Amino acid sequence: MANKPEKDALSGVETTGHEWDGLRELNNPLPKWWLYIFYVTIAWSLVYYVFYPAWPLGTTYTKGVLGWSQREEIVEKLAEAKAAQGKFLTAIAAKSVDEIQKDKELLAFAMAGGRTMFNENCAACHGAGGQGAKGFPALADDVWLWGGTTADIYQTIRHGIRADDAETRGVVGIGMTAFGRDGILDRTQIDQVAEYILSLNGKPSDATKAAAGKTVYEENCVACHGEKAEGSLAADLTDIGAPPLITANWIWGGDKASLVETITNGRAGVMPNWAARLEDTTIKQLAVYVHNLGGGK
Amino acid sequence: MASATLTPGAALGSQRVSEDVRYYEDVIRLFTIAAVFWGVVGFLAGTFIALQLAFPALNLGLEWTSFGRLRPVHTSAVIFAFGGNVLFATSLYVVQRTCRQFLFGGEGLAKFIFWNYQIFIVLAALSYVLGYTQGKEYAEPEWILDLYLTVIWVLYAVSYIGTVMTRKESHIYVANWFFMAFILTVAILHLGNNVNWPVSLFGMKSYTFVSGVQSAMVQWWYGHNAVGFFLTAGFLGIMYYFVPKRAERPVYSYRLSIVHFWTLIFLYIWAGPHHLHYTALPDWAQTLGMTFSVMLWMPSWGGMINGIMTLSGAWDKLRTDPVLRFLVTSVAFYGMSTFEGPLMSVKPVNALSHYTDWTVGHVHSGALGWVAFVSFGAIYYLVPVLWKRAQLYSMRLVSYHFWTATIGIVLYITAMWVSGIMQGLMWRAYDNLGFLQYSFVETVAAMHPFYVIRALGGVLFVVGSLIMVYNLWRTAKGDVRIEKPYVTAPHKAAVGAA
Repeated sequence: MANKPEKDALSGVETTGHEWDGLRELNNPLPKWWLYIFYVTIAWSLVYYVFYPAWPLGTTYTKGVLGWSQREEIVEKLAEAKAAQGKFLTAIAAKSVDEIQKDKELLAFAMAGGRTMFNENCAACHGAGGQGAKGFPALADDVWLWGGTTADIYQTIRHGIRADDAETRGVVGIGMTAFGRDGILDRTQIDQVAEYILSLNGKPSDATKAAAGKTVYEENCVACHGEKAEGSLAADLTDIGAPPLITANWIWGGDKASLVETITNGRAGVMPNWAARLEDTTIKQLAVYVHNLGGGK
Repeated sequence: MASATLTPGAALGSQRVSEDVRYYEDVIRLFTIAAVFWGVVGFLAGTFIALQLAFPALNLGLEWTSFGRLRPVHTSAVIFAFGGNVLFATSLYVVQRTCRQFLFGGEGLAKFIFWNYQIFIVLAALSYVLGYTQGKEYAEPEWILDLYLTVIWVLYAVSYIGTVMTRKESHIYVANWFFMAFILTVAILHLGNNVNWPVSLFGMKSYTFVSGVQSAMVQWWYGHNAVGFFLTAGFLGIMYYFVPKRAERPVYSYRLSIVHFWTLIFLYIWAGPHHLHYTALPDWAQTLGMTFSVMLWMPSWGGMINGIMTLSGAWDKLRTDPVLRFLVTSVAFYGMSTFEGPLMSVKPVNALSHYTDWTVGHVHSGALGWVAFVSFGAIYYLVPVLWKRAQLYSMRLVSYHFWTATIGIVLYITAMWVSGIMQGLMWRAYDNLGFLQYSFVETVAAMHPFYVIRALGGVLFVVGSLIMVYNLWRTAKGDVRIEKPYVTAPHKAAVGAA
């Protein structure tokens, strides 16, 4: 057991003279570069404290000579950003969506802004390209349940569909009738009318059932979906929200099981009223963007 | 000066308190086995959730296997189950030898700690999977499990500190300072961050005593120092014993060990606010968090210098001893992470890195490169000693483990650097009209290839750990693989130079 410093043969440095389980320590000094960088970091911190908020003093704190504050900085930056867009936003606020479409510069601005806002707010349901998803209508095609003009789209985004909004279209919680659940049609009739719709779409179907289903359709479905099952594509049915039943792009699915489910339980899709969340200028940009996704009227 | 020259290797023989009494090693063996077992479990869990991020279908549509519940299983398994058992094994091994004293409270107390800690781990993991959580990162267990852990930890402190207090050496070895700082601070952190009100006496749910930004600050005071004291101070204790032991060289600088110990301990505890830059946390607290993190740079590097410079005069051993290679590489990763950390705490850098994968990469260069590698080095050292074998089953397999794991880490952290910086840049990209250029989902889609690379890195790390398991198992059995030995004679050039 070593109790006094010894010289390490390899490095020529003395040990401290302690030993534990065969372990010893050399008595090397602190590396100079290490010590000086440590001092520099301390000095840098002290300088930083002079300029920026740093030390708590009871209910207040040292503010620093720059008088910098994170909250004030963000307020300033937001105001700056807003001012940079101010020219466009003022013009958009003053014009209708149609007029914005006709102004080349405003159209470019609204398309850029609309794209960002669409991806952040709409894409989750309607898809990044407006292709739609189960329960959420496609926006990139020319089928519009509630109208596809710029004014219609603007109205739908602002007030939603079946939304909690005085000017919304459709009634909250009420959409397509639940023909099965409400006992209007029995299972056989639902089966028949589903076969009829399959036959309309040229899909394999039972001809006998489909023929019977035609009668069921005419007695129950025509009012909303039209005689030719073209739904909202018919000139007099644009404001009911009933989708065409001859389509490749079903909202709730066009296979037999989905059709039976839809007819049995009804459907009542909801679109939120975005006026409660987004600024009017933003909604106008969105209307422009959606109108230009491919199917605008 | 022949008598004063240190005699390498002599230390390996001093395994006895006196000539005929052995230290308590049964419990150290248990902790070592548990460490290896939980290590593999934790690495597998991490690789699985990495794959979930790349391929969300692997969430399996079940609440119990969703990322949200498995992620704390991974983090707790690697930090507290793997890291914790490594710390128990090494600290209780080291304290006996460097104090020339049996464990205070006897081996019974140590075994009681062992079994209860394992039960705690299993209960905590089960509770996460079943959906019980405090919602605090790295402190997920609910109040009843927190109380259980408190009892276990107090007993550990009694056993450890009791041993130090009854030591037969006049001085306390540096590894023991670090282990004690780790044990005491973790106790304070655990108590401080888990001051919760249970909703009912027999229910699991509880809410934090403080709320809002105060709660966030307490959480990150805890969270950062879980890194600082659990994963840094504790593992520096391991480094300070196993590096000089394996290199058979004295610790480089006693003075540096003192100065960097106290500066590290003092500065670390204030650095937590850098986790809350640009939040509701007051500006002054953010400033303090940042500056204390920057001042922490050199104190952290003190450990790296002492670890690496201890090899001066023994560098040639890196060629012939892959176990030492694990230990030294771990110290290099430690140095890299502890430079990256202060850098990321500087507010303009943090504005880019915060909430991105860069943070995940940073954590893993520390966790895989430093914590796991120093643990592997210590375990490869310990197993032959604990099972009374002359050597490991295979040094070649240690080398294969080393390279497999190293390539895994490199894939992991480079993928996360690229992904994280890209993510940060995409979030802040504006077009010339002042609109955000990318939506959130576009940034997620852009990260996919890097998530795949990261998962591949994880797979390599798991493969490496399985090589280790095989090697250790054969070592414990007493087998020795017949293989070409590493060069033991000095390299020709070295002979010529001498």
